[in-house]
Amino acid sequence: MTVLKVENISICFGGLKAVSNFNLQLEEGELVGLIGPNGAGKTTIFNMITGVYAPDEGRILLNSKDVLKNITGLKPHQITRLGMARTFQNIRLFKDLTVLDNVRIAYHFNVKYNALQSIFRTLGYYKEEAEVREKALTLLKLFKIEQKSDELAKNLPYGEQRKLEIARALATNPRLLLLDEPAAGMNPQETKDLMQLIQFIREEFKLTILLIEHDMNLVMGICERIVVLDYGQQIAAGSPEEIKKDPRVIKAYLGEEVETGA
Amino acid sequence: MGILQEFLQQMVNGLALGSIYALIALGYTMVYGIVQLINFAHGDILMLGAFAGFFVLIAAPVTPLTFIVAFLVAMLVCALIGIIIERTCYKPLRSAPRINALITAIGVSMFLENGARVVPQIGPNPRQYPTLPNVNYDFGGVGVSRIQAIVFLVSISLMVVLNYMVNHTKIGKAMRAVSHDRNAGSLMGINVNRVISFTFAVGSSLAAAAGILFASAYPQVEPYMGIMPGLKAFVAAVLGGIGSIPGAMIGGFIMGIAETLTKGFISSQLADAIAFGILIIILVVKPSGILGRNVSEKV
Amino acid sequence: MSNNRNRKIRIAAFSALGFIGMVGFIYWGIIDEYTAQILTFAAINVIIALSLNLISGFTGQLALGHAGFMAIGAYSTAALVMQLKAPILAAILTGGVITAVFGFLIGFPTLRMRGDYLAIVTLGFGEIIRVLMINAEKITGGAAGLKGIPSFSEDYTLNPVFSFIWVYLFMIGTIILINNLIKSSQGRAIVSIREDEIAANAMGINVFYYKMFSFTLSAFIAGIGGGLYALFFGYLNPTMFNFLKSVDFLVIVVLGGMGSIVGTIATGFILTYLQEFLRFLKDYRLVIYPLILIVIMLFKPAGLIGLLEDFKTWRRRRLAEGKGVLKAGERA
Repeated sequence: MTVLKVENISICFGGLKAVSNFNLQLEEGELVGLIGPNGAGKTTIFNMITGVYAPDEGRILLNSKDVLKNITGLKPHQITRLGMARTFQNIRLFKDLTVLDNVRIAYHFNVKYNALQSIFRTLGYYKEEAEVREKALTLLKLFKIEQKSDELAKNLPYGEQRKLEIARALATNPRLLLLDEPAAGMNPQETKDLMQLIQFIREEFKLTILLIEHDMNLVMGICERIVVLDYGQQIAAGSPEEIKKDPRVIKAYLGEEVETGA
Repeated sequence: MGILQEFLQQMVNGLALGSIYALIALGYTMVYGIVQLINFAHGDILMLGAFAGFFVLIAAPVTPLTFIVAFLVAMLVCALIGIIIERTCYKPLRSAPRINALITAIGVSMFLENGARVVPQIGPNPRQYPTLPNVNYDFGGVGVSRIQAIVFLVSISLMVVLNYMVNHTKIGKAMRAVSHDRNAGSLMGINVNRVISFTFAVGSSLAAAAGILFASAYPQVEPYMGIMPGLKAFVAAVLGGIGSIPGAMIGGFIMGIAETLTKGFISSQLADAIAFGILIIILVVKPSGILGRNVSEKV
Repeated sequence: MSNNRNRKIRIAAFSALGFIGMVGFIYWGIIDEYTAQILTFAAINVIIALSLNLISGFTGQLALGHAGFMAIGAYSTAALVMQLKAPILAAILTGGVITAVFGFLIGFPTLRMRGDYLAIVTLGFGEIIRVLMINAEKITGGAAGLKGIPSFSEDYTLNPVFSFIWVYLFMIGTIILINNLIKSSQGRAIVSIREDEIAANAMGINVFYYKMFSFTLSAFIAGIGGGLYALFFGYLNPTMFNFLKSVDFLVIVVLGGMGSIVGTIATGFILTYLQEFLRFLKDYRLVIYPLILIVIMLFKPAGLIGLLEDFKTWRRRRLAEGKGVLKAGERA
């Protein structure tokens, strides 16, 4: 079943065509990597898919309750509610809030009690607050950071901040997860752990995952399919093996000399 | 006097007032363009400039020469004050949450106003502004006063100089680069701190010149005189598109004309409210202003 | 959990006792009328400062026109009581609702923009409201002011007691309302906007909706504060609601610590009290307040509550170090 369908999207920033005619289709349960040199337009594509920018052309369809729904032009919060979550390249946690609160905020749109019930502290409020707390702690336990639930997010070590960001995204109960450079700033051991974690959450939460990454070990190690981007356009797509051999990819990454040498 | 003459007269008044607003708006827009901060103290720098000029003008007989000296002194003094404020109050907060910098700016603004009030040489009461004896030039029933002529002359030449500086000099290029992307500018070897200080200095000296012109036109000075022109000039900057230099000029003229037309044809009490009305309308219709670019935060 | 519950019951019991005790003290004249007035006035300031803290401290959107909201609440309440002979409670609440409508109308175009625009629009709004109040002579009495607003009690001697009761009940209500709201899912959504709008949006939170919610509620509470102010003073004048008044509330919030309910309550009382006793500093107050804003923002953005937290950590560390030394001594 198709989870996400991106059709011919393009966007310009003041005359510069950042992404042109990009297409992508994700099937349920796939783990796809989006790679390319710096400035190739990877994060811009994420931003269009998640609704931060509206594409100038093309449309984006997301599977919501087994129907492909056109989400082009929707706000990020609306898209999140339809079952897509993301993390950010430069970690965007709620720094001065506790680890627990970071996750509980992501449960907000599923909470059924309203502001009046909060103010008058009805039974419904207490019951659901307890549930949300329980769910959040269970999720933190999966990520092995439940003992730190009362610490401020900014006081976590870097690797755990990355983990918390993924946990927070999962709390929105997504079907599709977008990870923007999850291994950035990690050492090889941390990256290895992260790979296992990604595999694990994919099974556990039955996720479809699209990730941007520069760490080739990670991309080649866990992605089943890779899309390569350069100058805002797709230049190659295929399995890790195919991508490794693709001359256009080698050229984009290493420059012209390879071609003359080959 | 016919309705057409009345209209033309209000247009002349509006253009004169508008060119003062434009000078002030330039400071707002340049500072906002470069550090994304509404410098609430900008209107109060105008007040300080007016007072700096005031002390020159009461020290010597008012002649065109002393007037020029007053401008130079006020612009220099305010450029220095602008740099000091930026270095001590705003620079430490560049990476803090924006609300903190805004609160500081409000604090600086009030500190300057009320600080001026308690300084015995300035004091809380309005004072008559010494100015050149007035002469009215008549153009077919439409009068242009000498002070209005000076306002046009000074503000337009300052705008020309500013335009040249921003577009054709090295420091202007650096300013544009920093306002586009501070980090990239710094990587290209631009001393970002110096460019920001310079921007504050230029903006503040324009405000000082506007202060003398504003005070001469009324002719009065007092510690709170900068608040209203400051607010209106901010609206002018938003109207023109905040961050855009030509936008600030256009916005300033539109605001000036809108105000004098309201005063002349509707009600003088509404003249202050009109600025606020315009601001709301821009925010609803075109928040990026006339010449503004659509800037969204980097994700 | 039960510990927490016991603590809450204890706080509630103490507050109730304290409140009843204070009412008694004022009734029997143990607390003199002047002090009672300052205490009542301080509570009104706390109510409005809490409303400002909701939008600026918790939601992270700077508002500079709360004196304007206060004015709308004050004049509406006065008009309802004087011209329509409305009962006090109805008049105060209606005044709050009218103010909330204004808040909604200002917030709607403005809160879509970046936070800075709210600051300047509310500032402009506060000034415009004042000008309109001077001109709307039929309702406001114009620049001369509005005299003879009925007080909380028709019996002159009981007035201090009744003022105290009304105002404190509203203050307690406001504290509970904001506290309960902030410590709920909606409250977390509101605070997440202050922390990072883009991330909040990505977590499914309708940022614009919650900014509007918070701003409108803030206006409602400020309007109620204004209504209480009108009935408490019995006289209104547009100059009471100038920009400096808005800044008074901002100083309370910033000094106490943005986003701290306890901080706002404490500084609300301290500053109101100091203002009464430092009247001779009148002109200098206007210089000192802005300096407080600047110094706090530069050196301790968390305000007095932040200082208190620092002190606690410091003492804990000192105690820990002390124990460490002792152990070392024992070993030797």
